[in-house]
Amino acid sequence: MEENKTKEIKELTDVCVMFAGDSGDGMQLTGTQFSDTTAFVGNDLSTLPDYPSEIRAPIGTTYGVSGFQLHFGSNQVYTPGDNPDVLVAMNPAALKVNLPNLKKNGIIIANKDSFDKKNLKLAKYEKSPLEDNSLSGYRVFPVAITTMTMEALKDCDLKPKEVARSKNFFALGIMYWLFNRPLDPTLEWVNEKFGKSKNLVCGNSKALKAGYYYSENTEIFAIRYRVSKAELPKGTYRSISGNEATALGFVAASKLSGLKLFLGSYPITPASEILHYLSRHKKFGVKTLQAEDEIAGITSAIGASFGGSLAITTTSGPGLALKTEATGLAVITELPLVIVNVQRGGPSTGLPTKTEQADLLQAMYGRSGESPVAVIAATTPSDCFYMAIEASRLALKYMAPVILLTDGYIANGAEPWRIPHANELEKIEVKRPTNPEEFHSYDRDENLARPWAVPGTPGFEHRIGGLEKANITGNVSHDPENHDLMCRLRAEKIERMQADVPDLEIDGDQEGELLVIGWGGTHGSIKEAVIAARNEGLKVSRAHLKYINPFPKNLGEVLSNFDKILIAENNLGQLASIIRNKYLLPVIQFNKMRGLPLKTYEITEKISEILGGAK
Amino acid sequence: MNDKIDVQELNLTAKDFQSDQDVRWCPGCGDYSVLAQVQRVFPTLGIKKENFVWVAGIGCSSRFPYYMSTYGIHGIHGRAPAIATGLKVARPDLSVWVATGDGDLMSIGGNHFIHACRKNIDLKIILFNNQIYGLTKGQYSPTSEKGKVTKSTPFGSVDYPFNPTSLALGSEATFVARTIDKETKHMKEMISRAGKHKGTAFLEVYQNCIIFNDGAYNNLTDKEIKEDNIVVLEHGEPLIFGKNLDKGIILDGFKTVVVDLNDDKHTVEDLWVHDETDESPIRAFMLSHMTDDPDMPTPIGVFRQFLKPTYDEGVQNQIDHIIETTGEGDLEELLFRGNTWTVE
Repeated sequence: MEENKTKEIKELTDVCVMFAGDSGDGMQLTGTQFSDTTAFVGNDLSTLPDYPSEIRAPIGTTYGVSGFQLHFGSNQVYTPGDNPDVLVAMNPAALKVNLPNLKKNGIIIANKDSFDKKNLKLAKYEKSPLEDNSLSGYRVFPVAITTMTMEALKDCDLKPKEVARSKNFFALGIMYWLFNRPLDPTLEWVNEKFGKSKNLVCGNSKALKAGYYYSENTEIFAIRYRVSKAELPKGTYRSISGNEATALGFVAASKLSGLKLFLGSYPITPASEILHYLSRHKKFGVKTLQAEDEIAGITSAIGASFGGSLAITTTSGPGLALKTEATGLAVITELPLVIVNVQRGGPSTGLPTKTEQADLLQAMYGRSGESPVAVIAATTPSDCFYMAIEASRLALKYMAPVILLTDGYIANGAEPWRIPHANELEKIEVKRPTNPEEFHSYDRDENLARPWAVPGTPGFEHRIGGLEKANITGNVSHDPENHDLMCRLRAEKIERMQADVPDLEIDGDQEGELLVIGWGGTHGSIKEAVIAARNEGLKVSRAHLKYINPFPKNLGEVLSNFDKILIAENNLGQLASIIRNKYLLPVIQFNKMRGLPLKTYEITEKISEILGGAK
Repeated sequence: MNDKIDVQELNLTAKDFQSDQDVRWCPGCGDYSVLAQVQRVFPTLGIKKENFVWVAGIGCSSRFPYYMSTYGIHGIHGRAPAIATGLKVARPDLSVWVATGDGDLMSIGGNHFIHACRKNIDLKIILFNNQIYGLTKGQYSPTSEKGKVTKSTPFGSVDYPFNPTSLALGSEATFVARTIDKETKHMKEMISRAGKHKGTAFLEVYQNCIIFNDGAYNNLTDKEIKEDNIVVLEHGEPLIFGKNLDKGIILDGFKTVVVDLNDDKHTVEDLWVHDETDESPIRAFMLSHMTDDPDMPTPIGVFRQFLKPTYDEGVQNQIDHIIETTGEGDLEELLFRGNTWTVE
């Protein structure tokens, strides 16, 4: 299928495509298949699943549109892309919702069968946009996807509903042809997934092939595209989402520490997949408890931690709010605990399926009393793996709760991941007290960590709890001086973690006029924006924070080496307020809360504006 | 669960379970009685001292763990059953006990309680029910009688109380029992039976708050009248009560009726014979409901006990089975699983 003499092949460095349709059209699956195949052929990529919070919103409506955006290239790709080059629109509503974002002169592949009166009306089109010249600024390819899928599948012995559900694979076949992708990975997946039902294997395989050969045999597309392999570091790769990477990270941390993993969790979007993934790993002795509520999720984890497990709880913003009091209990009992918050749009139920990073201040301060916890953040889907291990390591070493912040975008988004070998990962040391004669439950080691004696060990019987404890002895204490001391010790313990925090690295000049700072999941957008600004001749440096509490020890110095600091965040300026407060610096903010990753070009524009325009 | 050991071999006494902390309940509080009986029962259970854990929430009774020299965790309000659940699931080898009060368990922690019962977590939950909020200094509780005048209900409460044993039975707890703080011998037996039960064991203790609700259980503790107001449930025995053991309870369809054994119309043979192992929970529920019926005596003893697999052992069994059949997990294999590709 390599060379097709009748068609021109155009080489591209990167492409952004959007698959969009009804929430029942299988767009997430289609996008995932395209991603996996694209990763398989060696492109770098980044994805953005974007779906409504309704499971099956009314068919044909604009609010029922589910999209999957994918950016792939022969260079390194850091974001799912600002604006798609190609839009696959399975119905009028999908076109309506996504057209404003499509690049000028972009490609639209539309299922023309669905542009009937009813669907046009549902999408609030008076006339079919495929026929009224309103799309003249784009390259439009109307394809009778439904009709052709029905025709192709007539021998598969499927019900009409099942046939209709296969049309996404016809569209996928078109895209595979257009971008020169092999069919085999998806065909293998179909066999594995539907192996038990010959009819479904027949339907999905035939739809995929029909879309592919239709594109090859008709004159509809004059050009095919090729995106060559990206130059990625040597190694073995897999495509991974942030939630899966987080789950894998905790399994790894369990192995590295020799502790059994316990997850107490209550289902919540977009964090539930971590519970799903971990529930599968019984071979690793992982125990998952689907608790009766968010509070039981964290308190069961606290119980398991007291029992000597590597204990974690996973949630999203509103769930973190419910875990507030129990987090304080973990702080005062000085038990190791990792709390994962896959952030979503808030406040309250907010935007359950959309991304945001507006829980930073909640993570930092959202508890009663002086209640410091470590706060760290993952930057990309694969980084979630390493940060889950890091969170576990810090919690165990310092006997303290650690909040790991990810977000809906990196949790659901995927990227190729160079898989590390298990023996490359650093072991996690776990200390247990050995001498019962010298044991005091609130004695402290050089890191201020108290000893972790677990039930079942004779001679170390002790009581901990939410009432203030006397330092060293661990007896209940209302002594004024002791409380003052304990508040300071708990805070200092978190500060001492700084010894474990790597120095903040600067991308670009080490000093200069402008430093752009971000944290967590905005890593890709900011990186790409800075590259774009430099391409315009602007001198700008960049640094990205993964440790918020405590900060890297060189942060103050880094900040002082620049005239201006721009902090770009997917919130109203939460990191900015922490930095302003701590370093007494005037910082410039860039903030957006659209429930989507920051747009690269907007950050570039802001950089340009600060630096007085392109040079 | 726990590796049961010969009691003689352990050589433990009540003293071994007393912590070095001063007990700070009010003088005369019913909690002392529970503490003393627990300390008496623990050496007899055949469990090593280091394998006991006490978990508590918030309230007077929830200070309990501090007074036991076992492992213990004093948690936050209402969450003791959830903390204990996590501990027991992570560590099925431990004997996990929950000390809780009527505000803690029936109000703020109600959700955790019913789900612990539903899951049949192998926990021993002792509810100190004094029908009042003591630690917050005297507001009515979810077990206070309707019309209760307290600081927060100066004109009398207008809501209805929970009957904790009914709630436990309704949540399918596998062991449901009740005792009274002053009935120390009975209490000791109930604690012992709860301790030996495998599954969620719920024991309600009617406990007198001497400061804010003194005398709440007078009709059950006053020597002159208590025998006419209490019926002691004993498995396989007819329901007889009264100072002269001359009253009995019969089942009239779905109604419980008190009969006089001296009236020549009824004999012991006619009486309802208690079967705590009855598969159906209906009779246990009827017994529990007698508590709320002014014409009926209040039952104490074991309402219901049955066995079904516990959640914690179910979780462990799944893991053991999977490891047995497919081997222990290999991290390297897990990381490299699925669709991978190599960049040379």
